[in-house]
Amino acid sequence: MTNSTIINSTIHIFLALIMPPLLLGVIGKTKAAFAGRVGAPFLQPYYDILRLLHKGTVFSTTTSWVFRAGPIVALATTAVASLLIPFGAHPSPISFDGDMILYAYLFALGRFFTMAAALDTGSSFEGMGSAREATYSCLAEPTLFFALITLSRLSGSYSLTGMLSNVSSGAWLYAGASLLLLIGGMFIVLLVENCRIPFDDPNTHLELTMIHEVMVLDHSGPAFAIIQYAASLKLFVLGAFFVQLALPFATGSPFPDWGIFIVSMLLLAVIIGVVESVMARLRLVRVPQLLVAATILAAFSTLLVIR
Amino acid sequence: MHFVLQGAFDPALVAIGAALVIGLAGIPGLFIRQPGPGQILSAVVTVLSATAGVPAVLQLLFSKTSTTYMLQWGLPFGLCELVIDPLSAFFLIPVFLVTAAGSIFAIGYWPAAEHSTNERGLTFFYGLLASSMAILLMARNGVFFIMVWEVMALSSYFLLVTEHEKAEVRRAGIVYLIATHFGTAALLVYFSLLAAQTGSFQLPVAGSLSAISPSATIVALAAIIGFGAKAGIMPLHVWLPSAHANAPSHVSAVMSGVMLKMGLYGIFRTLTYFHDPPLLWGGILTLCGITSALLGIAFAVAQRDLKRLLACSSIENIGIITTCLGVALLGVSSHNNTLIYLGMAGALLHVLNHSFFKTLLFLGSGAVIHAAGTREMNLMGGLGKSMPRVALLFLVGAVAICGIPPLNGFISEFILYLGLFLQLKADSLIYLVFLAPVLALVGGLAVIAFTKLYGSVFLGTPRCPDAVTHHEAGMTMQMPMIFFAVLCLFIGIAPQLALHLVSPAIAVCYPLLQLTELPAEYGVILGKISLSGVLLLSAVVIVSLFWRWRLGRAPVTSATTWGCGYQRGTARMQYGASSFSELAVSVFTGIIRQRIDRPVVNGLFPGTARCSDHPSETILERIIEPLFTMIGISFAFLRRLQHGLVHVYMMYIFATLFILMLWAN
Repeated sequence: MTNSTIINSTIHIFLALIMPPLLLGVIGKTKAAFAGRVGAPFLQPYYDILRLLHKGTVFSTTTSWVFRAGPIVALATTAVASLLIPFGAHPSPISFDGDMILYAYLFALGRFFTMAAALDTGSSFEGMGSAREATYSCLAEPTLFFALITLSRLSGSYSLTGMLSNVSSGAWLYAGASLLLLIGGMFIVLLVENCRIPFDDPNTHLELTMIHEVMVLDHSGPAFAIIQYAASLKLFVLGAFFVQLALPFATGSPFPDWGIFIVSMLLLAVIIGVVESVMARLRLVRVPQLLVAATILAAFSTLLVIR
Repeated sequence: MHFVLQGAFDPALVAIGAALVIGLAGIPGLFIRQPGPGQILSAVVTVLSATAGVPAVLQLLFSKTSTTYMLQWGLPFGLCELVIDPLSAFFLIPVFLVTAAGSIFAIGYWPAAEHSTNERGLTFFYGLLASSMAILLMARNGVFFIMVWEVMALSSYFLLVTEHEKAEVRRAGIVYLIATHFGTAALLVYFSLLAAQTGSFQLPVAGSLSAISPSATIVALAAIIGFGAKAGIMPLHVWLPSAHANAPSHVSAVMSGVMLKMGLYGIFRTLTYFHDPPLLWGGILTLCGITSALLGIAFAVAQRDLKRLLACSSIENIGIITTCLGVALLGVSSHNNTLIYLGMAGALLHVLNHSFFKTLLFLGSGAVIHAAGTREMNLMGGLGKSMPRVALLFLVGAVAICGIPPLNGFISEFILYLGLFLQLKADSLIYLVFLAPVLALVGGLAVIAFTKLYGSVFLGTPRCPDAVTHHEAGMTMQMPMIFFAVLCLFIGIAPQLALHLVSPAIAVCYPLLQLTELPAEYGVILGKISLSGVLLLSAVVIVSLFWRWRLGRAPVTSATTWGCGYQRGTARMQYGASSFSELAVSVFTGIIRQRIDRPVVNGLFPGTARCSDHPSETILERIIEPLFTMIGISFAFLRRLQHGLVHVYMMYIFATLFILMLWAN
């Protein structure tokens, strides 16, 4: 292991540890700006997590150890996934042929336990939330795989680092149409996997309409802090995938590239904030239709590069 | 071929001996008047035989040789050879492991004292089934193969109708009997055609036949129909859900974990005969496989019967194995060694993996049904509190079957995915890569099916008032489950070792494949997977330690679940099994058919009403049953021959034989 890989990995892990809640802060600030409010400070999500870590916990008498395992596995899987994805032009700390399959299935593991924890409370709202999460994420799964096939075909590589570092302004020139379709599909996946508007509203006050937030309704204190952090990390990890597709700028020297990555991620947060401000939540019956549309977009992009 | 005769310590002889002894294990029980000792004796004998058999089989597998024994049988069908080559040895591993585990499980699950009327028969046929499957894998004479095949089919039928006093069980039995004999009929065609081609009933040597002749195509088709009916490949799966649901659970485990694999073994074996399979064969297998996988798991999502759900997921897994096999065959046709190796490795490893986690799940469902007294998931709930160990073990099986890391199901699916992605660099058949998103959809549906199952059975509060009587399963029921859960985790964490198990078996099927370089390359990748698995487990430990540290710093209280302000929530208000899958079913209408009986609401103050959903078996109910009714009507005149007079029946047999002999001369 050379010096530069060690430095790279250290910065990678440091960013994954520190930066994710900031995205939530930027999204909140953007939405506030659109609504004409001052809004909470950028660092508000950090304060929330810190305060939750110091709070007491209430456990429902219905629950068993599965309920406690939910947040733990959700964070552990997202953390491992964060080691597989390259941040910007820098290679990921762990990279091997086929790591994209592990990446996709790690989220499935986290989801399995989050849904099980929700069902463990015996609340019909949380059951409803996990049924929705299961169905929607199942529909989003093929889109991700179509995207992986397209990228693998374009780069000739079978690992996330190889696939994503290949996307550059050059790639946009010869496979622009395909990448554009892919971005459409992947943005929808990004929003649905992270439970953002128009699929789910993290700020809604009606349990009946929620997906992710309703699943974690009964978690409190440090467990809820872990969930909040894991959710922001998931946004960060999936966002890093998307940013590398949509904004593939690199200078070639390491430190400016880290800067570019950070700025791109913040820009992504602003875009999500704008989407959330100008759109309303979709009716539940519309969600599967949009997800299938995303799959077909991604399938088209695959066809374009394979033919 | 090596002829090894070293006396009693020859591993092949040990394996054959173990197979025969397991078959005899149930006999003493038939003559012991007191219920109980016979069952325990049979379990002890079965476990001892398996303990001798498994190391012997592993030795045969790793030695990469095949051992032949000649059976003097005096029948005019040529030599009767018993051969154990690495492919047979590979399939023998689950036979020994699963049947031994099931026989221990039976002591707690089907205690002789409570089931004095049918326990003896159950134990006897159980041994016979196990033994026939083991011998089947060694049989190399077509006629002998069919005989053993029939012993397997009939003994499993008698196991299935153990509770024949129930109408549902009898119906499942009849459907199974017809389906399995439909398969046997195809196999008769298959063996006759093979004999016509080779001139003897000896099964052909690997790579000795050409696939170009039209009769070869019919042989392959007969094999897919005959063996596919046993394996449960769509659309020949119709017998499977009801048969697996209605058999005692340890029998379901053996049927699903091992017996379905016998059908797959037949297909594996058949494919070795031909050295130049056309693209069409691989195409058909791949298409059948991916359809079975997708439809099987879609049916599973809609089920409300615990064991039917597991049975439908068996169709899915058989579909995944068939897809792998089809992909490997396409690799043979297109001379692509990577595809052959990864397809075969995925198929064989999934055979092993599925037999482990499906056995774990069926045994777990047995423990659940033993405690809850029903198979209806909508009536269960909260069992995780009364049977925490079974709940934990079942969770291992459920995660494994969804193909999620760090357990073994992920490994075999990963190998298939890798093969499909590597196809992007190949010169031909690049479109195979489109199987990957379909597999991803199958994986997503599997997560729906198994969170539904796990959530409605083990989590939440009990939906039945008599749930207080639920009890943790006894040690005889837990031990086999612990064994398979450990195996699932082991293969998931150390997949490189599993690759060593499958390589010799692949070498039998495709001797020309250069196995020296490929496995090392994939061993490295699997090593990274294993590293990530360890990383994941340590991340779980670190996060939970952190959480415990924070948990200790502030007060912890308990309260009821947040009911959104409503204080009088009851257990029946929970999201049940049917409600959980309702959204998915509504999205996938067209694939999943479900009949819902909705109440009609009349007036301003409607009274009590019931709403129920019934997952339908489209192919059985819409196609097969009308077809059989039609056949029954048009052949009604033949009923006159069937009058119940045994001596006249014997005359029929004599007359047929006489006419045949005249014809032959």
